Amino acid sequence: MQRFSAFALFRQALNGQKGWDRQWRDPEPKPAYDVIIVGGGGHGLGTAYYLAKKHQVRNVAVLEKGWIGGGNTGRNTTIIRSNYLFDESAALYDHALKLWESLAEELNYNVMFSQRGVMMLVHNVHDEQVFKRHVHANRLNGVDNEWISAEAAKRFCPPLNIAPGMRHPVLGAALQRRAGIARHDAVAWGYARAADALGVDIIQNCEVTGIDRDEAGRVSGVQTTRGAIRTRKLGIVAAGNTSVLMAMAGQRMPLESYPLQALVSEPVKPVFPCVVMSNTIHAYISQSDKGELVIGAGTDAYISYSQRGALHISMHTLEAICELFPMFRRMRMLRNWGGIVDVTPDRSPIIGKTEIPGLYVNCGWGTGGFKATPGSADLFAWTLAKDEPHPINAPFNLERFGSGRLIDEAAAAAVAH
Amino acid sequence: MLLIPCPYCGPRPEIEFSYGGEAHIARAADPRRVDDAAWTSFLYLRSNRRGDHAERWRHAHGCGRFFNVVRNTNSDHFLATDKIGEPRP
Ligand SMILES: Cc1cc2nc3c(=O)[nH]c(=O)nc-3n(C[C@H](O)[C@H](O)[C@H](O)COP(=O)(O)OP(=O)(O)OC[C@H]3O[C@@H](n4cnc5c(N)ncnc54)[C@H](O)[C@@H]3O)c2cc1C
Ligand SMILES: [Zn+2]
Repeated sequence: MQRFSAFALFRQALNGQKGWDRQWRDPEPKPAYDVIIVGGGGHGLGTAYYLAKKHQVRNVAVLEKGWIGGGNTGRNTTIIRSNYLFDESAALYDHALKLWESLAEELNYNVMFSQRGVMMLVHNVHDEQVFKRHVHANRLNGVDNEWISAEAAKRFCPPLNIAPGMRHPVLGAALQRRAGIARHDAVAWGYARAADALGVDIIQNCEVTGIDRDEAGRVSGVQTTRGAIRTRKLGIVAAGNTSVLMAMAGQRMPLESYPLQALVSEPVKPVFPCVVMSNTIHAYISQSDKGELVIGAGTDAYISYSQRGALHISMHTLEAICELFPMFRRMRMLRNWGGIVDVTPDRSPIIGKTEIPGLYVNCGWGTGGFKATPGSADLFAWTLAKDEPHPINAPFNLERFGSGRLIDEAAAAAVAH
Repeated sequence: MLLIPCPYCGPRPEIEFSYGGEAHIARAADPRRVDDAAWTSFLYLRSNRRGDHAERWRHAHGCGRFFNVVRNTNSDHFLATDKIGEPRP
């Protein structure tokens, strides 16, 4: 792997930047692998990287039906935070946040992680009670989160409208200063490049169409559009398509897949210093380093795999944005798209083994899994390598829907982010 | 926005409706006799099909009634609609 550095950039400049290698190979699938990961999003690529890096499992393939990062990883609004309510979730998301803090060095790839702070607005008494409870719960768990007044919120984010006559007045906010955003594509590419350098095969344009099992019921391989490939350990990391893949092994899932939309504006000079979210009027916004305002809308009401959301859903969000930030009322929107998010009944992910030997799943991240990418990948790699969950992901098992030990983060995840 | 065929009122815009999730998931007649696996399945497991999906809608801001449809979840096209209690299309 060619290392990236200021010196390398300078040296390449001497011959017109023409001496760079491909960042990862484009291999033909081998007949068999020790582990196959289905889904070349951040979580799948990261899993392959940590398997090779931390567990020395290097005979690994990542199978992606399209191009890597083309699923929700490349479609999300990149908000990263860890201020979830319950102990299990705080441990999970904060594990990820700590890994984000050193990810660029770890991968030798600029993932543009920027801890600019995420502010969650409070509009009514109910919001205030819920968010104060979150602030206290987070602090008990060692996760930073603070309660600030409307005036302090305005100082932190000058474009914010805190006029008392608003339909949904701003009464205060919860602020996590360690939270922020990162560059989504760079996360997929950085993990792909680093995993490839350790020997992982990243195979694009390879759709998994069937799961093979031996007489004992154990996973023995997969059928793909590029032929059959054998393996005894199969990790499904396919976000919105998880139910479809698990059905190939006869496993029904507690998941529903919904379209979730986002949109970006024309690029402008830096005007927006942080991330602002409002659960009550459903909007979230930040400004990318390119200058575009990145705005997330809600999910559609119904199950769909269309990767397209309805206009009235994004209109609803834009109305909220215009009221909260009147200076954006004349801003033009450039692009609008949708991704398919896999939502669990308790809004918490599923990371672990299944009843089918050799079949592992990492899914249910729904509207908010980008923030967890390094943590999820690290824990899933552990689970695959050791054939048992890490203590952090142990509570996020599939059995909880039978035992009733749900981790109900519906309030923390009420806004799709 | 979807144009949804209410079997009572005809095609109407999606904002008049609320979604009722997957159709034909019957609650057990005597829940006390149901084991954990069947109860989990009733409460949480869904087919979440990519393709033709049987689901319920309620014409909340119209006639107020529930009905079933079959919709293709790739194209979002409605393929069939029936009143509650009618045989499954
Ligand atoms: C509009 C939008 C905004 C969001 N905003 C945020 C946010 O601000 N913060 C946050 O934390 N999260 C956010 N999310 C959620 C986040 O994007 C996801 O939880 C996360 O990116 C999931 O990553 P992944 O690697 O699991 O899935 P993906 O990136 O979707 O990767 C799954 C891959 O599996 C592949 N695949 C599927 N079926 C097959 C098959 N049969 N064979 C081979 N490959 C297959 C797909 O092509 C895809 O590339 C948002 C999502 C959307 C859609
Ligand atoms: Zn009607």
